[in-house]
Amino acid sequence: MRVLAIDSSNYVMGIAVMVDDTIVGELITNLKKNHSIRLMPAIEELLEEVGVKPNELDRIVVAEGPGSYTGLRIGVSIAKTLAWTLKIPLVGVSSLEVLAQSGRFFDGAIVPFFDARRGQVYNGVFVKDGTRLMRKNEDQIVLFEEWLKQNKDAHDQFLFISNDLLNHKETIVEILGDKAVLPPVSCANARPSELAVLGAMKEPIEDVHSFKPNYVRMAEAEAKWLASQEK
Amino acid sequence: MENNAEIILGIETSCDETAVSIVKGGTEVLSNIVASQIESHKRFGGVVPEIASRHHVEEMTVILEEALRTAEVTMDDVDAIAVTEGPGLVGALLIGVNTAKALAFAHQKPLIGTHHIAGHIYANQLVSELKYPLLALVVSGGHTELVHMESEGEFTLIGETRDDAAGEAYDKVARTLKLPYPGGPHIDRLAQEGVESVPLPRAWLEKGSYDFSFSGLKSAVINTVHNAKQRNEEIKPEDLAASFQAAVVDVLVTKTKRAAEEYDVKQVLLAGGVAANKGLRSSLKEVFADSDIELIIPPLHYCTDNAAMIAAAGTIGYRKGKRSSLQLNANPGLELGI
Ligand SMILES: [Zn+2]
Repeated sequence: MRVLAIDSSNYVMGIAVMVDDTIVGELITNLKKNHSIRLMPAIEELLEEVGVKPNELDRIVVAEGPGSYTGLRIGVSIAKTLAWTLKIPLVGVSSLEVLAQSGRFFDGAIVPFFDARRGQVYNGVFVKDGTRLMRKNEDQIVLFEEWLKQNKDAHDQFLFISNDLLNHKETIVEILGDKAVLPPVSCANARPSELAVLGAMKEPIEDVHSFKPNYVRMAEAEAKWLASQEK
Repeated sequence: MENNAEIILGIETSCDETAVSIVKGGTEVLSNIVASQIESHKRFGGVVPEIASRHHVEEMTVILEEALRTAEVTMDDVDAIAVTEGPGLVGALLIGVNTAKALAFAHQKPLIGTHHIAGHIYANQLVSELKYPLLALVVSGGHTELVHMESEGEFTLIGETRDDAAGEAYDKVARTLKLPYPGGPHIDRLAQEGVESVPLPRAWLEKGSYDFSFSGLKSAVINTVHNAKQRNEEIKPEDLAASFQAAVVDVLVTKTKRAAEEYDVKQVLLAGGVAANKGLRSSLKEVFADSDIELIIPPLHYCTDNAAMIAAAGTIGYRKGKRSSLQLNANPGLELGI
């Protein structure tokens, strides 16, 4: 099986190609550069490098969110189009689940997160289950400080994985103290190879057409409109 | 139609329409599928970019499939993929551009980034043979432009709006009259029932200019409504609509006529969503009735945003050897050209 994995849900742009049980190519950048310009050429280049033609692909895996709305849409648009036009299965995997994999040997709560501005983060909670991870709660958007206070007694140790760790470090340490484990930056980029592995195991989406990013949040205009209807 | 005519797949997502079309030889429309989001945006009184982008992601492959099925072609039959590169809403454009790139890559087909307004102009080629030199009046929600074309694929912008586009002025006046979104068709309908009785300004700008300005007219309408309210007078909305429309149409038609004569063109083309406006259509027909200049007004479904027009303009680019790379990006400020 030849799998192409695509992640453009945040500044990290990741692409991986897995052939049977081997990751034959993986590309990661973590730059504030335009995914719309770079993603498609990068996919072309990596596939060429590993010697896989587009029509030889057997499965497309995409990081479905949460993350930057625009970034998600670029990756999902490309993934949907490839899967649909090549008539191959499409799999969506949580961007946070991919990021969590860096902590798979950690005993305690593994908490991947992305900054969502105004004190908010998108986060998820995972725990070790053999060599795999088990999800403890759905991906969500929370006020980070409140979430830390509410959850500080739920686990003995917390591993925080994020490229936005620096911005939240103080708050985390202040609330959790010794319970907080803050890994080095080399853990902070979501690995597309992990995305490929997770996607190879997951059931494909039944209807490629209706697949959409997991934004977690409603569009602001929509939320306001709904609120105004309830008055 | 010769059998070896090129088949171009067009994709358009610059605003709130997700559209795909297959066009053969630049003129024969094999399919033209448009998913409009207007029902979704109505409740907000205008297009919300984030919501438009979300809809595009959900609709895109569905519309692609329908366009291919309706045209009874497969991707193997397609010679190139044309996509709206700009202008438009950046988030919305991105969906079409990245879809087109993925499609071009998957099937190793040429990719042609296409200008939205070039598309609107070339929509006319779907209904009539174009004869150069020609003049195009482009009127839509985002554009009011006079474009002179010396030959195929050569565009010279000779006039454009300095503030609001005609379509924008329509929407704002419609809001003042408390008409539902989109306001243009409502004003057009009311105008047919009213009489031109409210004096409103026309911005001719400096002598010889082919530019437009509608913000003064828009403010005059708002002031008229406001003043009448304060004096407890009643202005019939039909009459106000008729007066407003007359002022817009007067400027558009007069400048178009003058430019057509000055540039000695063979044809005048009407393009863009506001081309659906009955007042504008009939006034243009009247003005060019006794003229040697041929007036072309495409049917409604080629005036509003669609992908057949992008495939038609893309065909010109394809023939001229234009090829975009996989680095193609959405460009909201793209300059008019092929
Ligand atoms: Zn348009």
